[in-house]
Amino acid sequence: MSESLDNRGFVARSMTWINERFPWTPTMEKHASKYYAPKNFNVWYVFGVLAFVVLIIQLVTGLFLTMNYVPTAEGAFGSVEYAMHEVDLGWLIRYAHSTGASAFFVVIYLHMFRGFAYGSYRKPRELIWLIGMGIYLVLMAEGFFGYLLPWGNMSYWGAQVIVSLVGAVPIVGADLAEWVRGDFVLSGITLNRFFALHVFALPGVLVVLVFVHMVALHHVGSNNPDGIEIKKKKDEKGVPLDGIPFHPYYTVHDFFVVIVFLIIFCAVMFFAPEMFGYFIEKPNFEIANPIATPEHIAPVWYYTPFYAMLRAVTFPLFGLDAKFWGLVVMAGAILIPIALPWLDKSPVKSIRYKGRISKFMLGMLVISFIVLGYLGTIPPSSFGTATAQIATLVYFSYFVLMPWYTLREKTKPVPERVTGGH
Amino acid sequence: MDETKSSPVTRRYLLIATSAVTTIGAAGAAVPFARSWSPSEKAKALGAPIEVDITKLTPGEIFKPAPVWRGKGIIVVYRTPEAVERLEAENRSLADPKSKRSVQPDYAKNLTRSIRPEIGVYLSQCTHLGCVPKYFGKAQPEQFDARWQGGFFCPCHGSKFDLAGRVEKNLPAPTNLEVPVHQFENDNILHVGIDTEEFDE
Repeated sequence: MSESLDNRGFVARSMTWINERFPWTPTMEKHASKYYAPKNFNVWYVFGVLAFVVLIIQLVTGLFLTMNYVPTAEGAFGSVEYAMHEVDLGWLIRYAHSTGASAFFVVIYLHMFRGFAYGSYRKPRELIWLIGMGIYLVLMAEGFFGYLLPWGNMSYWGAQVIVSLVGAVPIVGADLAEWVRGDFVLSGITLNRFFALHVFALPGVLVVLVFVHMVALHHVGSNNPDGIEIKKKKDEKGVPLDGIPFHPYYTVHDFFVVIVFLIIFCAVMFFAPEMFGYFIEKPNFEIANPIATPEHIAPVWYYTPFYAMLRAVTFPLFGLDAKFWGLVVMAGAILIPIALPWLDKSPVKSIRYKGRISKFMLGMLVISFIVLGYLGTIPPSSFGTATAQIATLVYFSYFVLMPWYTLREKTKPVPERVTGGH
Repeated sequence: MDETKSSPVTRRYLLIATSAVTTIGAAGAAVPFARSWSPSEKAKALGAPIEVDITKLTPGEIFKPAPVWRGKGIIVVYRTPEAVERLEAENRSLADPKSKRSVQPDYAKNLTRSIRPEIGVYLSQCTHLGCVPKYFGKAQPEQFDARWQGGFFCPCHGSKFDLAGRVEKNLPAPTNLEVPVHQFENDNILHVGIDTEEFDE
């Protein structure tokens, strides 16, 4: 259907012209108007979209920040001050970016919790989960490299602590740390390469991974709070009985949520961009000083749970020192959710139908994560260390014991069709 | 064309060979990128030895402001005779009292971890994660330790070091503070980053 229908309007004719050369309409249908999402989504299903919105905010504000930023030890701190005080509305762009970094982790942690609770990592969504974990790791690296760039004293010492962790690797550690820094000490050389990684390499990887994450999701279809595969019950046209087109039914929801989110985002950005030292720490308003440590070094809040676990390891083991085991525990804690699809042996996906132990363990996981997050922000003490050690055990037991408790506990019967919804 | 019946075995062999060569080529191509991350000539030049004049340093004090070598602060501490005595007495609370596992030149592998008993030279960098330990030189109760004997305390994660930079047991720092290579030109001039032994060998 093309040339003979010239009496149609200009837009319709243009669409035909495009579709003969590029699959625009089929693509839109596949991913929006004929993508059937379960009708029982709840509020936990908004954080993926919000993460996408934050990604856009970060890409745009980051691009404009680079226009004033100087990636050298001599120029970096001053160029950020310049952007804040002398560039017209430069402070707004900078605070949007720094608030965006924290917002990114808020929505990603909630998005991940949704996955934990409703078993979104279970077959056939293992790859979506793995790609998502890849996104999470890249995001952590982005945050880490980005935090060095303002070249404040907390930037400097935070990066120093983390780069030294590389030095805890047996035998090659010291050389490896020197190679990462490109110097005998964290210097302008390190800053320059972290800048390149932060603004060029990792955002590229991030965008590709987010794209692949969504392609995989739209291939297998979304999970839902009941953990039921809606594709098992279809009508005569092949449309899932419990599915509704993503557009317009969920786009209109998401649009509303994005507006609410942006109101909160702007409130933080305008009234508390430093979040009382949690988003931008106080010592970061002083220039980096390689020979003066801030009184208390703490990473930004989104790393503190893992930082607390690093500090909790205070004893050597098998002839290797505590520092190395701290690194192992921290890396293990970050990476262990990768194994979730194979650790969860429950016959049901959603926490709604899992047994009491699963609910208890998930609750304990959340509590231990919050406790560790708090402990990571305060100076070390013997009570804090003991508490962190217990919380670390609780955190790991959620994962390590999962094959056992998910098989052993009694689950509730899962209904044939989803519950609730439109 | 006699070779129209290409055997699957040959194809598989060629595929493996091509993949192997491509992998080796890619690894080779990665070398320049990896090497570009090593310390540059300029960075190495900035790591040259330094000279410290300790004429004005008095017992019980550290050299201020801390001299900087390779971007790291250097602790130069002048210990009182009582402090030296304490260091040489047996101390069971230390993780590595004889510096067997720690990093130092051979001439500083003794109880005071120094060439001259009263002058200690250490990297001002906690062996845990590289923070700067603070100097609390007097043997008096401190907020972090009621039985403090004088030394260095790391504000980051609470590691404690005595006046010879030796770490206490069961704290995050695994080893004693590193001793950089150094030598005395005379009573008052100290060189950090160079020692004659280096050239003798």
